[in-house]
This record gives sequence, structure tokens and C-alpha cells, in this order.
Amino acid sequence: MQLRIEGLSHRYGDVAVLDNVCLVVDAGRIACIVGPSGCGKSTLLRLVGGLEEPGSGRILQVGEPPKRSLNPLTYIFQDFALLPWRTVAGNVSLVLEDHGLTRRDREAIIGDVLERTRLAEFRDAFPRQLSGGMKQRVAIARALAVRPAVLLMDEPLSALDSQTRELMMDDLVDLWKRENLTGIYVTHNLHEAVRLGHRIVVMSRRPGRILETVEIDSPVWDRDASDPALETTRRHLWTAMRDEARAVDLELTGD
Amino acid sequence: MTDTREPARPVRFRGGGFAPRPVRLAGPAVFLVLVAAWEAGARTGVISPLVLPAPSEAIGALVELWVSGELWEHLAASLSRLLLGWVSGTVLGGLIGLAIGLFSLVRAGLAPLVAALFPIPKIALLPLFIIWFGIGEESKVALILFGTLFPTVIFTYGGVDNVDRTLIRMGQSFGLGWFSIVRKIILPGALPAILSGMRVSSAIAIILIVAAELIAAERGIGAYIQIAGSLFATDQLIAGVALLSVFGLTVNWLIARAERLLLRWRP
Repeated sequence: MQLRIEGLSHRYGDVAVLDNVCLVVDAGRIACIVGPSGCGKSTLLRLVGGLEEPGSGRILQVGEPPKRSLNPLTYIFQDFALLPWRTVAGNVSLVLEDHGLTRRDREAIIGDVLERTRLAEFRDAFPRQLSGGMKQRVAIARALAVRPAVLLMDEPLSALDSQTRELMMDDLVDLWKRENLTGIYVTHNLHEAVRLGHRIVVMSRRPGRILETVEIDSPVWDRDASDPALETTRRHLWTAMRDEARAVDLELTGD
Repeated sequence: MTDTREPARPVRFRGGGFAPRPVRLAGPAVFLVLVAAWEAGARTGVISPLVLPAPSEAIGALVELWVSGELWEHLAASLSRLLLGWVSGTVLGGLIGLAIGLFSLVRAGLAPLVAALFPIPKIALLPLFIIWFGIGEESKVALILFGTLFPTVIFTYGGVDNVDRTLIRMGQSFGLGWFSIVRKIILPGALPAILSGMRVSSAIAIILIVAAELIAAERGIGAYIQIAGSLFATDQLIAGVALLSVFGLTVNWLIARAERLLLRWRP
């Protein structure tokens, strides 16, 4: 399934948040959206996921999602959004309960995704007992459980400390390799973007426009953080973004 | 670069404190000392028996009440009114609070009304309730229902308002139905506030039932205290008040147990 965003503009009251955003995400590719804080990248993701209605423009799903997919457009949230009163298994179960699956099918899916995210032995733990990285793995397990056609990730690693973030990035690379996922990955971290994305989109400050698009064709699992080509790309992206970030910084203090 | 001739001293500790820690037996000790002093005062004649009977006399009255079998009659009368009124007030209040929390129209219509009626001392309405529902059980149950309704409404919709919106968006993003979101996300999220509301409403219910029984009842702890008071049987009066205190403590303990059981997921 391909995702196509055409001429998307959006405003909250008087404030224009997005201005004529066009973007195509091909099946099996990850698009990273980077930009200074408040550039509307999270809004863009909410619009794509159908959690908000666009002011103007269109978001199109091209092609049918696979039949097995229970929830074609699936989120992974920055703050994990786990129900604290449900166990690890219960949190995964939550998103399967409204789909008319038998108990046995649900249990099979839960067991499978917890196995794939190395959480099988923690199935009865409550979120409060888990580290940040584990919580995000539960959220990933929950997302995998509904067999998404497109993953929408809103700064999934930003709430984690830098060591956990490194480990989780390896996990995500593994995931891309195994599952052949399509996704939009919003981040403000350029290291994450060049490690995980096939197409990197730099957005301007509010109202968010697309400033630049960079393609990285090498498979994500062949990328090395110390690769000079990636570092060059990262520097290039930072140059494109720096003035915007600085302007935002001044805007906020001038408020 | 250390200069050995410079004087060296350990850094002074200046943290600590401001962190309450459990101290066992302090509570019971204070209670025992107070009762002992009271007993001693009564025995030595410092406290006149007419002003305040000795604790032992109050215990005597309590034993008498128990032996005669009247204790259970009074307790049963108060408890049944309390349970009926409190349960119906809590269920109704929970439903209204949920509706206010979920629907803007209900909120706009009812929230001001609740705010206007909540501060009324409900005992002032008892004569009205007696006219409407008669002198029997109904007026007392109605009073408790009415008294527990408003705090429950307020705590419930406050709890619903405080449910983490990202959790609700998460539910929507996974395609959960409306009822699923209410049942699996909003209600459990509001549960801590609802239980706090029960704590408050149970205290209000105890106060109201005793007040109602003081005014108009033949049976019940309030009636027992009322009769004791009019006969200047101060030992029985103290015994009745002590019963009320035990009553309140028991309810509190039950709710604490419920919280520990239902909210064990809390950090």
C-alpha cells in the first residue's frame, strides 16, 4: 500500500500549521520527517492517521491494504500510551478485542508479537515495572499485533535516554529488515533519520512546508553510524534545518 | 595540588527530613494515653461524672447494649439505611458524572446545577423529605441518596476529565469502538478519582444518617444517642459516639482495601 499526501494545508484557528505539503511514501519504505519543534510534523502524522481532519488537501491510501491487516494505519506514540492498569499482554490484547477474534486467535497473536519483541517473559508485568525501552517495545508489539500496512511513528525514541535509544534503533533496523514495513517516522533527531529512513523530508518552521527531500538508497541494515557518506548527509540536513531551528528559538523567546 | 597544611573537615550533612515515614504504635499510644488520663481523671474526681463519664462506664453501657441485643437492632437499622442510600447515591452519581464527563450538552446543562446544589447542607432538607416520603425509612434513604449523589458526580466527572487524552487517542488510532474506549480506557482511568469520591461520600452518609436518626427515628445509632441525651445518660451517649467512630474507621478501612486491590497497577 502506498501513501500519497497531496497539497495538505492545515490551521488551528488563526495559526497556519501546515502549508501545501506533498509527500509520497512507497510501500516497503520509511519516510523520516525532520524539522524544528513546532513545525507541524506531529500534526502531519495525526492527519495521516485520521485523528484530525485536514483543512485542505488530500491524504490517499493507494491500493488495498493486505486482507490480514486489522488496522492498516497504526501509530507508535512518543510517550508509549500504554494503559497502566493492563499488563503487557493486556495492552496488546486491547487492540485485538474489537475485531471479533476468538480468544485462541488473540492469544496466538499476543504470544507471537511478544516473542518477536523479546517480551514473552514479561507478559504479566504492569507498565510501571518496565523500563522506558521495554515500554516502547510493548508499544511496538501492540502495533505489530494488528498487522499494520503503514506504521506512523511520532518521535518513538525521544522519551528514552541516549543508550536505550541506540539499542532501540538496532531493534528498529531489525524490524525493518524482517517485516518489510512501510512507515512515516517523525523525529527531530537527524542521527535517527539517516540511520532509519529511505527518504528524509526536512520541514520549515510554522507553517510547515517541505524544504528539502533527501533519498538514501542503501538498505538500513547495511548502514553504519560511522559511515562518512551518512555523516555528510546528516551535515547537509542540519545545514538545511539550522536557520529554521534558530528562527524558532528566537520566536519562542520573543513571545 | 593538595596543600596538607590547609585545615580539612568533612562536608556538613544538610539534607534529610521532609519525608514522612511510618512510625508504628504512635497512633495507638496517643489514644491509650488519652483514655487512661480520662479514666484517671474520672476516678480521682477531677472530672465530674455528670460532665463526662469514665471510659469504663461507657464500655459498661456498650456491654449492656450488647447483652440486651439492642446493639444489633440499632446497628442493623442504621446500616440498612446507610447501604441502600449510599449505594443508590453512588450508582446514580456515577452515571450522572460519567454523562457530564462524556457529553458537552449534559455538562453545560447539569454542571451548574450540581455546583448550586452541592453546598446545601442536606440535613436542612429532611423536613421536606419527610413531607414527601413519609416519616419512615424512605425519607432517610432519600436524604443519604441526595447527600452522596453530588460529591460522587463531582469526583466522577473530575476523574473522567483527567483521563490522559493520549490514551483515548491511542484507542481511536487502533480503531476501538466508543463503548470500548469508555469501558476500557475512561472508566479505569477515572477509577482513582471515583474511589476518592466514595471516601468522601461515605463520610457524608454516616453524618447524614446519624443526623436524620437524631431528628426522627426509633431505631438506629442516632436514635440511641438521642434517647441517651434526653435522659442525660452520658455513658450511653459516649458509647454511641464511640460506635460511630468505629463505624467510620471500618468504612475507611474497607475503601483502603478496595483501593489497594483495584489500583495495584498504580506506580
